[in-house]
Amino acid sequence: MYTGKIRQILLITDGCSNQGEDPIAMAALAKEQGISVNVIGVMEQDVIDEKGMIEIEGIAMSGGGVSQIVYAQALSQTVQMVTRKAMTQTIQGVVNRELQQILGRSQTIEDLPPEKRGEVMEVVDELGETVELEVLILVDTSASMKHKLPTVKEALLDLSLSLNARTGDNQFAVFVFPGKKNDVEKILDWTPKLQSLTSIFSQLTTGGITPTGPAIRTALSSFHSKRSLRSLMTGDDESFLEESM
Amino acid sequence: MMMNHSLKSRCKVAPGTVITGKWHSNKYTVLKELGYGANGIVYLAKFKNSQVALKMSDNGMSITSEVNVLRSFAKVQGSTLGPSLLDVDDWNTKTGQISFYTMEYIQGADLLSFIQNKGKSWTTVLFLQLLNDLNTLHENGWVFGDLKPENLIVTGPSPKIRCIDVGGTTIKGRAIKEFTEFYDRGYWGLGTRKADPAYDLFAVAMIMINTAYPNRFNKTTGGILQLREAIRKQKDLHPFEKVIVKALEGHYTNAVQMRTELMSLALSRQNPGSVPKSPPTTANPKDTNQSQKINYTGSPPKTRQNYRKKKKKGRLAETFIIAMSIALLYFLYIFQKLL
Repeated sequence: MYTGKIRQILLITDGCSNQGEDPIAMAALAKEQGISVNVIGVMEQDVIDEKGMIEIEGIAMSGGGVSQIVYAQALSQTVQMVTRKAMTQTIQGVVNRELQQILGRSQTIEDLPPEKRGEVMEVVDELGETVELEVLILVDTSASMKHKLPTVKEALLDLSLSLNARTGDNQFAVFVFPGKKNDVEKILDWTPKLQSLTSIFSQLTTGGITPTGPAIRTALSSFHSKRSLRSLMTGDDESFLEESM
Repeated sequence: MMMNHSLKSRCKVAPGTVITGKWHSNKYTVLKELGYGANGIVYLAKFKNSQVALKMSDNGMSITSEVNVLRSFAKVQGSTLGPSLLDVDDWNTKTGQISFYTMEYIQGADLLSFIQNKGKSWTTVLFLQLLNDLNTLHENGWVFGDLKPENLIVTGPSPKIRCIDVGGTTIKGRAIKEFTEFYDRGYWGLGTRKADPAYDLFAVAMIMINTAYPNRFNKTTGGILQLREAIRKQKDLHPFEKVIVKALEGHYTNAVQMRTELMSLALSRQNPGSVPKSPPTTANPKDTNQSQKINYTGSPPKTRQNYRKKKKKGRLAETFIIAMSIALLYFLYIFQKLL
C-alpha cells in the first residue's frame, strides 16, 4: 500500500511575475520532484489581465496541480477546495499507476466498470483521509496584494481547520515574495499548526516586484532541506515514494 | 465566485439529447436542466416512460463517490432522506467519456420557498422530520455534511422533506468532504470540520436562522455572539432560541436530543409565533411556567422561588405570633405579681 506523503506548493497571487526565472519552468521542475503546484489567483473589483491568467493556468498545468481564479470573498472556500482536489488528484495518479501495473498498460480507474470503480474510490477516500500532507504556501506580497492580505490570512487559518480535521498528519510552511532582503522570505517554518500566522501576517510589508519563479525554486529547496534534516535525525534513509505525475 | 467554464461546457447537453450508457446500454432522453453545482449538472430525463434525475460530471471520481454514498443509503433500512439510486454508467461523447448516474426524481419546492408559500406553521414539522432522518443517517455511521436549504426539497402530497445532493456525505470521524460556509461551524469559529452528528445539527440550526434571514448574512465578528444577536433581532426565531443556541454551541450529541426539545417547544406553544418575550407578571402560575420554559435555560423557574418566599413569610408570621403570645403571657404574669 502507498505510504508516502503528498507534497504540494500552494501559490496565492494576483498577477504576473516580473522578475527572475520563468515560473512555469520552475513549476515543471517541482513536478519532476513529485511536488505539485496549485495556484489561486485572487481578484477584487479588478480583473486579472489575460497575461496573468495564462501564467496562472500555465504554472498549475506544468506543476501537475489545480488552478482557480476567485474573488477575494470566496478565497477561504477555494483554498481548502483546491488543496483537497489536488490531493485527491495525486492519490488518483498513484492508484492509477498501481492499477496499470496490475491490469496492464492502458487501464485507469475510468476504464473499470462502474461497480469496480466504487471500490477503488473507497481506497482513494481512505488515503485522502489518512495520508501525510505537506503544504508549502507561497504568498505574493507585491504592492497590489496589500489590502488582500487579511483575507489571505483568514483563508489560511481556514485551510488548517479543514486539513487538521483529517486523521493524517499535516505540515505547513509559509513563504512570502518579495521578502525584506531577498526575493523570498520564510515567515513560518514547517509546523503542524498555522495559528501562529496571525501575529506574523500583521507585520508584513509589501514590495514592488513579483519574483514568482525564484519563489517556487526556493520553496523546492525547502522541501529538500526538511527531508535531509529528518533523515539525519532519525539516522536512517526514509524511503520517500517519489511521484511523477 | 468560482469559475468553472470547462465543466459547464462539456456537460452542457441540449434537451432532446439521447444519452446511451456504455455498460448497461440504457437510453435516457434529456428533458431539461434541473440545476448545477460544483460537482456537475443534474438533468430531468425520460427513461421508458418514467422520469428520472440524471447527474453527470466531468469529474468521474466525484460521481463514483456520490454513487458510493447512495449505495450505502440503500442499505439503511427506513432511510428516505436521499434519492434512491437507479443506474450508474458512462456516456461516450466526441470529447471523451462522461460519467453519470440516474436517481429517483424528487419533485417539489425547496425548503425556504415551501415555508414562504405554505406558512411558518410548517417550519417545526419539517425540522422534526429532518432531525428524524438525520438520526437514522448518524446511527448508520454517516454525517450529511453539506446540509443547506437548496439541497432540501419538500415533496407532496403530504409534505415530506427530502435531500437531493449527497455529495458532502462523509463517514463519521473523517474530515467533512464538502460544505457551504454559512452552514459550516468551522466558518463561524464554533468547532472543527470533523464529521460528527453535532456538525449536522449546527447546520440544522443555521437553516432555522436562515428561515428568518432568506438572504443569509455575512460573518462580521463571528462566533456565538453574532449569531445570538441575529436570533434576537428576529421575532420569529425567539420561540426556538433555546434549541438553536444549544445546537450552535454543540450541546446536542445526537439528533434525537434536539428533536425531543424542539418537539416539546412546539407542543408547549399555544399560539405559534406570539410568545411573550419576558415572563408576564400576572399571577396565573400556569402561564408563568410556560414562558419560563421557552425563554430561559439554566435558571430554575421563578414560581418555585415564589413558593419559597411565601413559605418564608409564613414562618415569619408564625414566629411573630409565638413571640407575641409569650410576651402577652409574661405581661399578664408581671401584671398579676404587681397586683
